[in-house]
Amino acid sequence: MSSVSKKIVRTAFVIIALLFVYAPILILAVYSFTDATTIGQSGSFSLQNYVTLFTTPELAEMIFGSVMLALVSAVIATLLGTFGAIGSFYSKKGAGNFISTVNQIPVVNADVVTGFSTCILLVIVFGINKDSYVPLIAGHVILSAPFVYLSVMPKLKQLDPSIYEAAMDLGASPAVALSRVVIPQILSGIISGFGLAVTLSLDDYFVATYTKPATFDTISTYVVNATKGSQTEIKTALWALSTIIFVLVFLIVFCMNYMSKKKDDPAGEKARV
Amino acid sequence: MKITFSRKQLAIPYSLVLIIFVILPLLVIGFYALTDATGRFTLANFLNFFTDTNTLGTLFYSFALAFVTTVVCLFIAYPTAYFLASSKWKFKNVVLMIFVMPMWINFTLRITAMKEILNAIEGNLAFYPFLNSVIGLSYDFLPFMILPIYTTLTKLDRSLLEAAKDLGAKDLTAFLKITLPLSIPGIVSGVSMVFLPAMTNYVVLDMLYNSTYIMGSLIGSYFSAYDWHNGSMIALVLLLIICVFTILTNGDAEDANARGGALL
Repeated sequence: MSSVSKKIVRTAFVIIALLFVYAPILILAVYSFTDATTIGQSGSFSLQNYVTLFTTPELAEMIFGSVMLALVSAVIATLLGTFGAIGSFYSKKGAGNFISTVNQIPVVNADVVTGFSTCILLVIVFGINKDSYVPLIAGHVILSAPFVYLSVMPKLKQLDPSIYEAAMDLGASPAVALSRVVIPQILSGIISGFGLAVTLSLDDYFVATYTKPATFDTISTYVVNATKGSQTEIKTALWALSTIIFVLVFLIVFCMNYMSKKKDDPAGEKARV
Repeated sequence: MKITFSRKQLAIPYSLVLIIFVILPLLVIGFYALTDATGRFTLANFLNFFTDTNTLGTLFYSFALAFVTTVVCLFIAYPTAYFLASSKWKFKNVVLMIFVMPMWINFTLRITAMKEILNAIEGNLAFYPFLNSVIGLSYDFLPFMILPIYTTLTKLDRSLLEAAKDLGAKDLTAFLKITLPLSIPGIVSGVSMVFLPAMTNYVVLDMLYNSTYIMGSLIGSYFSAYDWHNGSMIALVLLLIICVFTILTNGDAEDANARGGALL
């Protein structure tokens, strides 16, 4: 094969793969701006789906609830995971290895097992009421804290240990040295861990379905129920939701990428210090 | 008494959380799996699982579905990652990011999109339940396969390929003898990111009207029947499969970040 035709074949393959990944989302996005109720049906331009999305109380409640749950569980997970990583990094080898090993369990475990086992322990054995939101938040924390731990750990390993010691020699207490020296150095790991925790919580279905209060719905549990229901209005309003989330994720990812590019720039690095 | 602060102590809260919310639930599951309703030790749940043709059929169906899904993902992901990694495009990192971005969009919304498309093409989803599930699961998990393969391919030492060419190897030979073997770690971590979730993500099947059970759905059905004992046994079997898989693939802590962290 000539190198030109080779190039064409390669590019075509990548484009087809991209179409597989994006065609469904993009087609749905186009249809979300029409009054059509199924794909392929002809419809005229309409913003009704977006109006429904923002004016139907149960939809607004579900979105607000999911976002709140994601933020609360991500904050707790970030605190636990970050301090866990710092503590484990400076612990004796045995203790550190123990934490790192147990930390891997929720990471490799199937989410359905995590959800089921959390529910069995907290609800069946301890008798905690699901309506208290404790099982749900605990489930989401345990789902995401290990990922915070994993994104903070490499930053700690890159850290120059002499900076901490220098701070102590200059009279800083351990707490001050930690908050002024160590934390700023690992901040990028903490932030990406937090971002990861938010998305894991927003994406989760399995843990929520076993631990949530009966009247509460996350985006996932709501969407799954809605696809089984026959309310066309709700179904097409979810197309609007999926379009909005798509645009938001797109913007966030590109902003973060742009910012990290700037940070990698050595001149920028110097300017920040 | 003076309390001295040390950095190690920061690990105490997280260790307690791990013990209470990770280790304890697994012990409880093990206990339920090996006891009956009166709390007495029994192997009945275990024997139930391995003698019941329904549960064995489910296990087989899960394996088949996960296997086909993994193969499909691999056949799409490997060439994509390979072409991207070896291309001289200026914006290949951006293209990779576009491939990986769907990880961040709620999977039920993405499956809804796929469902609407399949509905429009097939007319009725009930005609091809297995095919639809494979399409849905591959669509869901493809980014998890592309990312690790791409990462290993970009870390590949290019001078090895140049040396092979200097020594007279054809492109294909160089690929088969150098690129492919060296990218196996990426393939292995991609496979483990796809295979296990494909065995348990019953929601994708549910949403695409495939009513056949997979391992994940079994837990759900026992749970709704208030049968914690058999449900725990299924969870235990899944855990064992995961353990074996993790040991075989030598599950690496860094790879776990592929679950979405690589973008940040």
